[in-house]
Amino acid sequence: MFKRLIFFVALIGVWALIAERHVWDPTLFPSPWKVAETLWQNFRDGSLVHATAISLRRVLVGYSISLAIGVPLGVLLATRKWLEDTVGSLVSAFQSLPSICWLPLALLWFGMNDKAILFVVVAGSLVSITVAVQDGIKNLPPTYVRAAQTMGTPQFRIYTEVLLPASLPAILTGAKLGWAYAWRSLMSGELLFVSLGLGQMLMQGRDLADMSQVISVMIVIMSLGLLTDKVIFGSLERHVRRRWGLSIS
Amino acid sequence: MVKLSIRNVEKRFVTEDQKVHALSSISVEVQSGEFLILVGPSGCGKSTLLNIIAGLVKPDAGEVLMNGVPVTEPGPDRALVFQDGALFPWLNVRRNVEFGLRQKGVSKREASEKAMHVLDQVGLSKFSENDLHTLSGGMRQRVAIARALALEPEVLLMDEPFSALDALTREDLYVEIQELWQGRGATIVFVTHNVREAVTLGDRVLLLASDPGRLQGEFPVNILRPRHIEDVDVARTAQQISYEMKKGRIPFVGDASTPDLEPGEVV
Repeated sequence: MFKRLIFFVALIGVWALIAERHVWDPTLFPSPWKVAETLWQNFRDGSLVHATAISLRRVLVGYSISLAIGVPLGVLLATRKWLEDTVGSLVSAFQSLPSICWLPLALLWFGMNDKAILFVVVAGSLVSITVAVQDGIKNLPPTYVRAAQTMGTPQFRIYTEVLLPASLPAILTGAKLGWAYAWRSLMSGELLFVSLGLGQMLMQGRDLADMSQVISVMIVIMSLGLLTDKVIFGSLERHVRRRWGLSIS
Repeated sequence: MVKLSIRNVEKRFVTEDQKVHALSSISVEVQSGEFLILVGPSGCGKSTLLNIIAGLVKPDAGEVLMNGVPVTEPGPDRALVFQDGALFPWLNVRRNVEFGLRQKGVSKREASEKAMHVLDQVGLSKFSENDLHTLSGGMRQRVAIARALALEPEVLLMDEPFSALDALTREDLYVEIQELWQGRGATIVFVTHNVREAVTLGDRVLLLASDPGRLQGEFPVNILRPRHIEDVDVARTAQQISYEMKKGRIPFVGDASTPDLEPGEVV
């Protein structure tokens, strides 16, 4: 933690030094203080909070849809051979398609609105969640299911009380990956057409040739990504690892 | 009274590169309260037979009757203890033992009381709230046994349950399992490849030969209990069975699986 603090203080120091010396044009290379000032201004006039709220709402809705479809779909693909052979191959084909490639299709189908963006977010995260759940279940020791069967567990409860909890570590990895994809897809989508949200604010900075706004919005996007990754997924993972005995602490 | 009746059970497996005749017309009767051991080299179909009794594997022909009723699916009246325990790492010790009871629809409180009771019997009541990874291999296998016992099965099936444990832990468990069995009068079918283990535990040892899997011999064991693995009588009977086992295998020059025969031993 201390090492990290020193590193970032030094980084900002070097940045400030270069900016002070006017090595590059200050409109293209603003000082850290200028960026901080813009950040504070955008925060105070509410525009940053508003844009963040819009982006977060979109990613949460899209991500929830992906989880709600992806987890059951992954379970089905892992437990039904014929589905794996058919739908499964389509899923792997989609996996190689960057989510932003869905945008032209989404714009034609839904028009320039929230639905198109949501579609891209879902397309970006659904596949990775599905594949992670599928792999997680396929790699389970077969004795879990057999043990449950010998204890008289009905078929449906084998899904809910054995397969799902047993593959929780894999599902969590998939959920984390899915979140990362959802966040990236949203930002690309928001950048590409007028839509409010953080992506547009970033683009607006470019249109106004306001580098301090560009950098300040980038910092906000990074911070939000780090926050969910470390705080939310980090604590979930720690909990699972402790119970499974996967960590050495 | 006959508890289990295995009639002309036949099983073949086809894998990618070979066909295995796992069981060839096997018939066995298991008496109520009997401690029966199935012993044999790997590949003799002993685990397959156990899985057929459990209802996890369907025989190609023949049938298994329990109390005169054909076995069609797995059920808690025939609890199975797996070689690796097959415990659920997402549940703590007590919840693992409760799992089968909860499937039966036993109330939460009753399941918890029963679980604590069987955990006490295997000497683990102090560890009831532990996560599994905090236990040693021997303790985990005790939990697996407790999980099976909690269901109060009519027949307890055990598939090489001690083979992954160290010798000292194993010897403790030999004593414990004999005591538990004598206290309950349950029927046990126990699979192992260790002949001494077979003689230490069983009332009767069935020797299976491989390719095709078939009954090669039957050995009643009338040694006083509790038995220990180093007992002279155990060693003597085990030697007889080992000798029979070696006879059943056809030596072949250059075959890595050829048993080491003593000089002068007749094949």
